[in-house]
Formats: sequence, C-alpha cells, structure tokens
Amino acid sequence: MENNQDQKHTISALVDNEPGVLSRVTGLFSGRGFNIESLCVAETMDPLVSRITLVTRGNDQIIEQITKQLNKLINVIKVIDFTNTEFVEREMALIKVRAEAQTRAEILRIVDIFRCKVVDVSPQFYTIEVTGNEGKIKAILDLLGPLGIKEIARTGAIAMARSKKEGSLKREKSVILQETFGGGKK
Amino acid sequence: MRLSGAEIVIESLIQEGVTSIFGYPGAAITDIYDTLDKSPIRHYLVRHEQGAVHMADGYARTSGKVGVCLVTSGPGATNTVTGIASAYMDSIPIVVFTGQVPTPLIGNDAFQEVDIVGITRPCTKHNYLVKAVEDLAGIIKEAFYLARSGRPGPILIDLPKDILHNKTEFKYPKKIEMRNYRPTYSAHPKQIEKATAQILKAKRPVIYAGGGVITSHSSSELKTLAESLTIPVTTTLMGLGAFPGRHPLWLGMLGMHGTYWANMSVAHCDLLIAVGARFDDRVTGKVDLFAPEARIIHIDIDPTSIRKNVSVDIPIVGDCKDALTKLNQLVQKPGKQEWRKIRQPWLEQIKEWKETHPLNYEQGKDEIKPQYVVEKIYELTKGKAIIATEVGQNQMWAAQYYHFDQPNSFITSGGLGVMGYGFPAAIGAQVACPDRIVFDIAGDGSIQMNIQEMATVVANQLPVKIAILNNGYLGMVRQFQELFYEKRYAQTFLKGNPDFVKIAEAYGATGLRAKHPEEVGPVIEKALSIKGPVIIDFVVSPEECVSPMVPSGKAMTEMLLV
Repeated sequence: MENNQDQKHTISALVDNEPGVLSRVTGLFSGRGFNIESLCVAETMDPLVSRITLVTRGNDQIIEQITKQLNKLINVIKVIDFTNTEFVEREMALIKVRAEAQTRAEILRIVDIFRCKVVDVSPQFYTIEVTGNEGKIKAILDLLGPLGIKEIARTGAIAMARSKKEGSLKREKSVILQETFGGGKK
Repeated sequence: MRLSGAEIVIESLIQEGVTSIFGYPGAAITDIYDTLDKSPIRHYLVRHEQGAVHMADGYARTSGKVGVCLVTSGPGATNTVTGIASAYMDSIPIVVFTGQVPTPLIGNDAFQEVDIVGITRPCTKHNYLVKAVEDLAGIIKEAFYLARSGRPGPILIDLPKDILHNKTEFKYPKKIEMRNYRPTYSAHPKQIEKATAQILKAKRPVIYAGGGVITSHSSSELKTLAESLTIPVTTTLMGLGAFPGRHPLWLGMLGMHGTYWANMSVAHCDLLIAVGARFDDRVTGKVDLFAPEARIIHIDIDPTSIRKNVSVDIPIVGDCKDALTKLNQLVQKPGKQEWRKIRQPWLEQIKEWKETHPLNYEQGKDEIKPQYVVEKIYELTKGKAIIATEVGQNQMWAAQYYHFDQPNSFITSGGLGVMGYGFPAAIGAQVACPDRIVFDIAGDGSIQMNIQEMATVVANQLPVKIAILNNGYLGMVRQFQELFYEKRYAQTFLKGNPDFVKIAEAYGATGLRAKHPEEVGPVIEKALSIKGPVIIDFVVSPEECVSPMVPSGKAMTEMLLV
C-alpha cells in the first residue's frame, strides 16, 4: 500500500570511515530538501566502517528516494530502513534539573522508576543520565519539566535489527524489492 | 619503478588509453605539465577552464571514451564547476584533475586555495582529495571506472602540490574491487516478463527514449523493438539520434518544445515505455496530467531515477541494452505484419495530429528565418554532421529541424542548460572525430560566453564551424517576455554585440555573413569548403519564436501553437 502520510523512519547506513562522508550524506539531505531529525555517527567493529543512524520523516515516495539516494553514494556500503521491521532503538539524554531540598526526593523517585542514574550532583542541580527509546525520554522530560529543567543534551537515536525469525513477511518484501530495483547498487 | 606523483598521473592516463586532454596550467599543477609535455598525450590549451570541461564533455560524447581535463587550484578549479555540473546532469563520463595547495597548507586560506572537493560534492558522481602519493594510482583507476560504469558521470581528483612531488613505487592496478559499488546491469527477468505482457496487451503504446539509450549504445535494439511491434517513438532532447529522424515511426521530440503530435501521443497513449529517460520537468510539464491514461514501464540503470517524478507501474533497473535485448526476445509474436494491422487506428490518429499541427515556419523573401538556417545546414551536410548547440532558441531549433539519425551526433547541455557550452563541446567533438563535420549552432548571446576558445581552434587548426543565429536578443527569454510579460523586453536586447566576422578575423579564422535568405545556402557551402575554423554570422529575424511551446507548469496538451 502506498502511504502518502509523513511517517517517522529510522535509517541506518554503513559507510566508509573517512573524512567527507558525513558531509556527502547530510549534503544529500539538504540538497534535496529532506529533513534530518536526529543523527548519530560512530565507528563499527571494523575501523574502516562507520554507522550513521538517522531519523527522518516523509511519505513512502520520499523515503524510497532517500534510501535509494543514500545507496547511490559511493561511500555508502549498506542502507537499512528499520521502519515496519522489528528493531531496538535507543537514545541517551543528559538532563540537568533543579534540585531544591523539597524536590530532591521526588527526583530520585523518578530516577528510580525510569531506571536511570544521577551522574552529577551540585547544591542546586542534579544531572541525570537516561537511556531509552524516544517515548521513554519524552516521558521523563514531561515528569521532570515542572520541577525545572535547566539544560538537556540528547544523542539522537541509534538502532539495531532484532535477530531474524523464520518465515517473516520481511523476506517476501525484500525479494520483491530485489526484483524491481535489482540486486546491485547505484 | 619509483615515480613522482606527477609522473604517476601521466603514466596512469596512458594506461587508461587517454590520448587527448584539455587544460590550463597554473602554479599548483606545473609539475604535471612538466611531465605532460614529454608524454605522447596531446594537450589542448584552452583559454578558460570552463571551456576545458565542456571540451572534455563533448569529447566523451563523441568518442565513447572518458574525457579528461586538467586545471590548477583555486580559480582554475572553481571555473570548472559549471562544466562539471552540466556533465553530471547529462551523465557524461569525465575525469577532472584539479591542482591543490600543498597538504600542510590545506585549510589555511593559502594563495589560490579552495575546497573544490567540498564545492563539487553535490555535482560529481564522486570526488577525491589525494592525501598520499601511494593512493594516487588506485584513485585514478577507480575514478575512470566510476566515470564510465553504471550511470556515467563526472569524477574530480584534487591533487595537492606536495603529492605531485613525492615519489613512490608505481604499479597501475589491474583490477578494481569496490565493495560499495555494483551497478545493476542485468534487468530482472520477472520484470521483463511483466513488461512484455503489458506491451503485448497495449493498444496505443509509445516509446519515450532518453540519453540512456545513447549512453548504452542500444539504439539498434530500440529500433528493433519499435519496428517489430510497430510502436511509435519519441525521445527527449538528450535522446535525439537514438532513433532515426526520418523513420515512419518517429514522432519527433516531446516536451516543452516538442512536436504537437509527440505530446498528444503521450497524452493519449495507454502504455508508455520509458527507456533511459528521467521524466524531467521539461518533458512532463504538469506531472499529474502527464500520460494520464497510460501504464508506465520505466527502464533505467539508476534506481533513483525510478519513481522520482512519476509513479511507475513496472520499474526495470538495468542497462537499457540488456533490458531491450531481453524484451526483443520475448515479444516476437505475432509478427510484424499483424502488428502493423493492429496499430493502424493508433497510427491514423497520430497522423491526423501531425497533419493538423506540423512543425512549420514561413521563409519569406527578406529576413532569414533561423529554422531555415538549420534546415539548410541539415541539407548541405546530408544529416551527417555532429551538431553541438548552445542553450536557448538555437538549441531548440537545432533539435527540431536537424533530423538526427545517428546517436552521438547531437551534443547539447540538456539538464543544466549551459549557455557557452556548445562551442567548446564542438571543439571536443572535433578532436574526437577529426574526419567529421562539426557545427556549433549558436545564438549571439551564448557564443559570447566562451568565444575566447576561438584561440584554441585557431591554434590547433580544428575546422569547427560556428553558425550564429544572430537575432540581437537573448531570444528564448525575449520569447518568454513576449508571451508572458506583455512584451516588456527587460535586459534581453543585446546592445553592444560585436561584429562576429571581425572577431573571427581577429583570431585568424574566417568570418562569413548572410543577411538574405538566398545567401544562406552559398555561405554554408563556402564554410564547408574552408579547411579551418569558420564563424558564420546569420542575421536572422529578430522576433522569431520557438514553436510549439508548452508554458511551464501546464499540461503537455496545452500547447501554444504560434
């Protein structure tokens, strides 16, 4: 089914780990008017390869263009769109929250419930480290907000596919894609 | 063998079979020039780096080889950007070598430093900054491979001066292994089967072919498909020559200045077979109303071309030649005669469109019509010349009235639309094909954008003929102003145009002029009889319009038939 609604997509690209590659990727987005909501880059097990995880938004046609255009870049090795597949997604946030005498206990309770950590303490502030998916981070921000958040820093999402299970629909989809768009790249 | 970076560049070019390159020296690149002059490679010294890239482009289009261009750092490099962008839009294989300041100075705003790799990132297929002389040979090998394989395109290699000095053991790699790059050449049989079923079912099919047919050398396969099933063929500007211009199934070019009957055929077809074309906005007009009744088959080697502008029913990723060959094997039944009968009503309908609104102009007694000049050039070169064009009216008249019947004969900046492209591209073509007649059909505006290359043709005695359709205006924009801006000709009258005959003479070439219709034929014949370069100044009617025309954003059926 074609979907004309904008939908959030988490896309992961394995790329050559060399200068200029990130700029090729982001240039592709800006040059074609696609937006990047978050972006995360780091080396993989193979020091010659980096993984770029980015979150973007668009309808099916735009996302198809984005993945094809990414694939077309010479430095891109593999592109995975995690949307509609089983995957694990995490991001990390550091939240500096006002910690007055009367709110400290409340903050620590929230930290406990969300299984996160206080990583820095000062007379007026706690800095909290939280990891989770976007929903969890939004939830803790909603709870801490009324107590007075001074500053936040977020990493953006990283993602990984869950281990494959037998006979899933995904396989059929990939066979169809291979027929229509060929096995190779570029 | 230990060689310097500069020697490695030249040796690698020799290994790649490069015989001619176009360039302009400068401080950062002098090492290469020092080596180049001792090598068997012929260097054509241009007068502006933009000219060098267009020459490499024109050379690539007509020789079937990769065009090569060599320039210095900073301004030398930035001057190539227009040419690179044009080659990128038209998928032309060229490799551009730029000089760069020494590695320790990079990023220091050194003299004649510019981040050309950053600048050309969005308009090259790929580009490289060489950081160690040990990488150089491998990068050059990769660059040539990338330039000509898959969907071809321009590659830039930036060469810091110290790299050209440093020495290393030279061994040109024999094989290339790129895990990231594997173009799909072979069309998937399942998709071909689906396409075949649609083709055999269609009542009103049209083939819409583009530059991909020329790039993949598949015009004979295209002709076989069209003839065996009696399917009429239209092409894009870039596809002209992919199908014979005098063939009974030929519809002419489609799009903004395409023929009425080509656009009407596409608007009413029930199956559109797009081959190596990319549904450019100049072709589709208002996308929603493009081929509204048709199912669409789209063959292209570049997956990103598919479903970029229009939604496609049967996408086929692969080389056009491979896909067409496979289609031809499957669609042989029920035989040519049968098909001709089946197609009769469709062809009748097209014939009617063609007869109601043919391409036409009226050549009167006084003023020369630019279309007449193009037709005369066609006649007197027997349709066998290589025609380069600039951009604007000259380009469209050349496309409409020179009935190209061979691929690689029409050289034009289709995608980017670069004024000043045609003349240097014609020079590149003449270098590639010394025995063919090469014409640049130019406007008086465009020719002035790279007229300095007159020195290049004269110095090398390249017999390029330049036909200037001189109407004293930036004609295409003037036409826009006439039609959509109530004839307010803001800044399109070219006051101060030079005497083009004297320009030719000043450079040591021949200048000719025609002012009356009866002079057109003789002046072309005279130009053809001259061995060297010739400028012919055709003084044509100043307010002639290119017709027909689809206004931007309108449907292809809403043509203005002036």
